[in-house]
Amino acid sequence: MASSERTVLQLIPSAARVSARVHPLVIFNICDCYVRRPDQAERVIGTLLGSVLPDGTVDIRNCYAVPHNESLDQVALDIDYHHNMLSSHQKVNPKEAIVGWFSTGFEVTGSSALIHEFYSREASNPVHLTVDTGFKNWETTIKAFVAINLSLGDQQLAAQFQEVPLDLRMVEAEKVGFDVLRPTNVDKLPNDIEGMEASMGRLLALIDDVYKYVDDVVEDRVACDSKIGRFISDAIASLPKLSPHAFNKLVNDSLQDQLLLLYLSSITRTQLSVAEKLNTAAQIL
Amino acid sequence: MFVSRGALARGRPGSTSLLRSTGRGEVTEDPKESLEESEDELELELHSSNPFCSLFLFISASFMANTATRSFLQVAATEEATTPLRVVQIEGLVILKIIKHCKEFSPALVTGQLLGLDVGSVLEVTNCFPFPIREEDEEIEAEGANYQLEMMRCLREVNVDNNTVGWYQSTLFGSFQTVELIETFMNYQENIRRCVCIIYDPSRSNQGVLALKALKLSDSFMELYRSNNFTGEKLREKNLSWVDIFEEIPIKVSNSALVSAFMTELEAETPVTQCDFDRLQLSTSPFLERNVEFLIECMDDLSMEQQKFQFYYRNLSRQQAQQQAWLQKRRAENMARKNAGEEPLPEEDPSNPIFKPIPEPSRLDSFLITNQIANYCNQINGVAGQSFSRLYLMKALHEN
Repeated sequence: MASSERTVLQLIPSAARVSARVHPLVIFNICDCYVRRPDQAERVIGTLLGSVLPDGTVDIRNCYAVPHNESLDQVALDIDYHHNMLSSHQKVNPKEAIVGWFSTGFEVTGSSALIHEFYSREASNPVHLTVDTGFKNWETTIKAFVAINLSLGDQQLAAQFQEVPLDLRMVEAEKVGFDVLRPTNVDKLPNDIEGMEASMGRLLALIDDVYKYVDDVVEDRVACDSKIGRFISDAIASLPKLSPHAFNKLVNDSLQDQLLLLYLSSITRTQLSVAEKLNTAAQIL
Repeated sequence: MFVSRGALARGRPGSTSLLRSTGRGEVTEDPKESLEESEDELELELHSSNPFCSLFLFISASFMANTATRSFLQVAATEEATTPLRVVQIEGLVILKIIKHCKEFSPALVTGQLLGLDVGSVLEVTNCFPFPIREEDEEIEAEGANYQLEMMRCLREVNVDNNTVGWYQSTLFGSFQTVELIETFMNYQENIRRCVCIIYDPSRSNQGVLALKALKLSDSFMELYRSNNFTGEKLREKNLSWVDIFEEIPIKVSNSALVSAFMTELEAETPVTQCDFDRLQLSTSPFLERNVEFLIECMDDLSMEQQKFQFYYRNLSRQQAQQQAWLQKRRAENMARKNAGEEPLPEEDPSNPIFKPIPEPSRLDSFLITNQIANYCNQINGVAGQSFSRLYLMKALHEN
């Protein structure tokens, strides 16, 4: 009897350690939505789309903003809009499903709990992403949360937002090149040769760094770290061991192949201009 | 068709703005400055969906009531001058979206719509959305139009620029110059004053180059296409050759300050990025092989077109010879008749089949093929140039 009267405060832990992965497009989109928000809104709220990977990681790939009204005590979300956008997005990419929602702002607020509840009806265990556009601590704060329910016996008391590790996969942004994405104005896109030049410059800088490091270690200026040493030796060992003769032959063969292709393309272009002239030449009969 | 009104709110909160330029270069102020000045902005939008190509018709007329310079009626009366398009300004967001969409569906070819603003000589592209892969069914056309309407409406509610400025498509190794592209261009051009097509090549981007191109049909070509007359004479008249069909417009990238701040912080700390890994890759032969394969196929097509022309010319000269022979005969006959005192027969006989004009084959296909070949050649040049650098680098490293 005593045990039935004692209710236990239960904290249901998450089954697996959830972590989230965010693609750069999502950040860009959120920033764009924030810049375009209506005048009276303090923050932007929207849906996150993506998929859940088999190991439990939530992969957030896309997002869209949802218009909402917020006042001191209540929050109203345009649910129809949310569903319309979802169906439109799924027409293009049926694999993207709702995985959570985002809001701009530094912390989780009271109204967030309500919105989170709404989203937990749409998706199981939604992830809440906060993107701090106010740069509160003079740094970027992008956090992801999952809600854990605190219940007292049968009654639900509160939802605790627990932070989960967030992995910002900037690989796609890297592919485009931060030089294109970072400044507010880029005058022209880098072409092949310029990009090549930049990459080679970076490689050269890296090699210089490694050189300096090895010199410093040899002259006892820097404490030696065997792990780094092993990395360096692995890298150097990965250069294939070819006799100079074989290597030269390899390089020259490749060079000749490329030259042949260049020659071929030049001939083709000449052929094209000749053909053009012939085609539109006046027919003298 | 329905008409709706709305004011675009963009930029800093607490200001309304409308970014549309009108008038003969009178809108010289930076549109962002006119945020504070312009008071009365209306934006009328007419929507109609064209069932054949499921396009949007957006004719936005904007009237800036700036009483200091001119009256409302004056502005409404001035015509919009067409300043030539010099630059396409894309936002980083759009680039990322295009890349994501094209890569996800590669090697299938996908398209999407571009949204933005047309300001003076700059075409700003500020957002985009992808199109679902369209089936060949006719009834799905209506669905496609519905999807577009839905997306535009939803995006307008979150204050995205609701103005179509063109479309983007992905391509495979640069073989995008087709008649369909031209037709789509003509369709868009009918409805929108200035539109652009952005081509993205995901296969080439794996080499570390951002293969993004903005294209537009040149005006002279468009006129010619409308008259559907591609004979050699017409082309000589207009001095139009295959290079003049497509005009490539330089691309500028712009990012909002917020995004710029985020990227500065989030930029990877490593000194070498994925981009560099792609560029310094030594094996380019698969890419080159496919390029050359496509090149060979195109050359075959071109030679077929050439044969058509040869055939035509041969027929033409044969017909001319026949005409001459017939004419001689007629003249001889006439001489005989004149001598006999009879009426001379006419020197022409339109009912005779040898006088039937032979239609000249259109040169449009050969131009398009030529364009494609030129593109392949350029790509080969680019990649070969990169390979040279890499090979020399490898040599130098090995020697050290």
